[in-house]
Amino acid sequence: MEQFDITLVDWSRAQFALTALYHWLFVPLTLGITFIIAIMESIYVRTGDKQWKKITKFWMTIFGINFAIGVATGIILEFEFGTNWSNYSWFVGDIFGAPLAIEGIMAFFMESTFIAIMFFGWDKVSQKSHLTATWLTAIGSNLSGLWILVANGWMQNPIGMTFNPDTARMEMMNFWEVLFNPNAINKFLHTIFSSYIVAAVFVVGISAWYLLKKREVLFAKKSILIAAIFGLFASIITIASGDESARNIAEVQPMKFASMEGLYYGTTNAPLVAAGILENDPVPENKKKQDFFVELKIPSVLSYMAFLDADAFVPGIHDLVHGNQERGIISYYEKIERGKVARQALNDYKQAKKMGDTKRVNFLANQFKDKIFLENNFAYFGYSYFDNPHDIIPSVPVSFYSFHIMVILGGHFLLLFAVILFFLYKDKLHNMKWLLLTAIWTMPLAYLATESGWIIAEMGRQPWVIQDLMPTIVAVSNIDSTSVIITISLFFVTFTALLIAEIKIMTKQIKIGPNKGGH
Amino acid sequence: MNTIKKIVNFYIEGFKSMTLGKNLWLIILIKLFVMFAILKFFFFSDFLGSKFTTDQEKSNYVIEQLTNPKD
Repeated sequence: MEQFDITLVDWSRAQFALTALYHWLFVPLTLGITFIIAIMESIYVRTGDKQWKKITKFWMTIFGINFAIGVATGIILEFEFGTNWSNYSWFVGDIFGAPLAIEGIMAFFMESTFIAIMFFGWDKVSQKSHLTATWLTAIGSNLSGLWILVANGWMQNPIGMTFNPDTARMEMMNFWEVLFNPNAINKFLHTIFSSYIVAAVFVVGISAWYLLKKREVLFAKKSILIAAIFGLFASIITIASGDESARNIAEVQPMKFASMEGLYYGTTNAPLVAAGILENDPVPENKKKQDFFVELKIPSVLSYMAFLDADAFVPGIHDLVHGNQERGIISYYEKIERGKVARQALNDYKQAKKMGDTKRVNFLANQFKDKIFLENNFAYFGYSYFDNPHDIIPSVPVSFYSFHIMVILGGHFLLLFAVILFFLYKDKLHNMKWLLLTAIWTMPLAYLATESGWIIAEMGRQPWVIQDLMPTIVAVSNIDSTSVIITISLFFVTFTALLIAEIKIMTKQIKIGPNKGGH
Repeated sequence: MNTIKKIVNFYIEGFKSMTLGKNLWLIILIKLFVMFAILKFFFFSDFLGSKFTTDQEKSNYVIEQLTNPKD
């Protein structure tokens, strides 16, 4: 690998990871609880039952606290793009800028308008107008997420663009291809529905606390009924979209797929590792190879999950690094060479322009439009920065554990919602202390699962910031790492203070309960 | 004009009637101050914008970074 300032890269990555993970502590609850509130208010408007109005107002207050503390924390990520990731920000051009701009405008107008009606409009507008505002707040906040996830989906599977060697920017050729990128669609569905699970677990958990304290029993049961049905529905869609997402990853990010399953050698009838513990390979040269100390395998399931065929060959890390002629897999060694040809072409183009060699400039400019060059060389541009293919393998333990934590907890949530609904239907839930305690302790697990989801999404695709085109080491700005370290400390203090404020205010409001308090 | 007045009053009365919301707004304002007046102003300048004035200069710099990242 060329000599990069790895300290700067690592600190910049740590800074982005810290801000993104903290930001994501606030977002999923907002995305999900707005819909839960909208459903509750719809029941109130339909039935005229004042109890439902009280329930709606309470959860609206909780939403308000989370929204207020979390709002604008994502803007820091945009600051970081301009300061720490300037090469990346310039390179992606309007592909990343356009969705983020739409998100900013949409979030500002939709959320600020309709949230105001939600909170201030109870006695000022008609019931139906208020309900419409509540639904539009939910839809608006979720649509904001769509644009962010479209941008992220493009980074994982860059399509619908062309590279302009004059400006060093990607230019959008087909907006619809970017918008309907299969990776973005799966990511959007999986992310928002898993966020609904977080919100459902949250509402069920708080309500379970009331039942355990034998307070607000009717309020708690009605809240649990809505949240658990909502959570069960969201869990099913999350599993389905996760399954679809896995197929997409197997196709466009096979290294991430192999890493998250700890699959070193590819095989047909590949087994799914349902659970396992990794250990370092005893051979010192195999630094990146991880063996299973303990594993629970389900035969052929991974092949089916990846290609809907139990007999299909799933490439492992070794196959991707060294290639597999029989299976038509190009080695990373080959990709590095192909990428170097593309980078040399860009370098030659730059030199030819400097020299004023018009003939060569035209020839090379056409090369960047040539389909064969784009597919055979430019598609591997990012590999050119590496000499050792082993540097292009993500951390297998991080990928494997974050993926499995997310999946195992996803199963736990589905089961929890089903069991809670069963005992609620039997009218025994309020006496089942173990189940109520489980519901309460599942709240932090929901956050762990959703954060793990982002860890596998982002760490599993390393070293890429844009899959195959731009590695993280090249995306980073040439700035002083000391300033990055200072801002990490500032973020940590600021975000932790916000988190403590959120927990304190929320806890106080929950203790007050639905009969008192206000917006 | 009447509609604008109604909208303004709607917000003013809404803010006046807030209880918990007032504290939340205080947190939002402190947060925005920290983000924009401290973090953005002192630590998060636009890297390319602070070094170059034209898009051509920025392009040349990034092409240089892409082709010879450590030069």
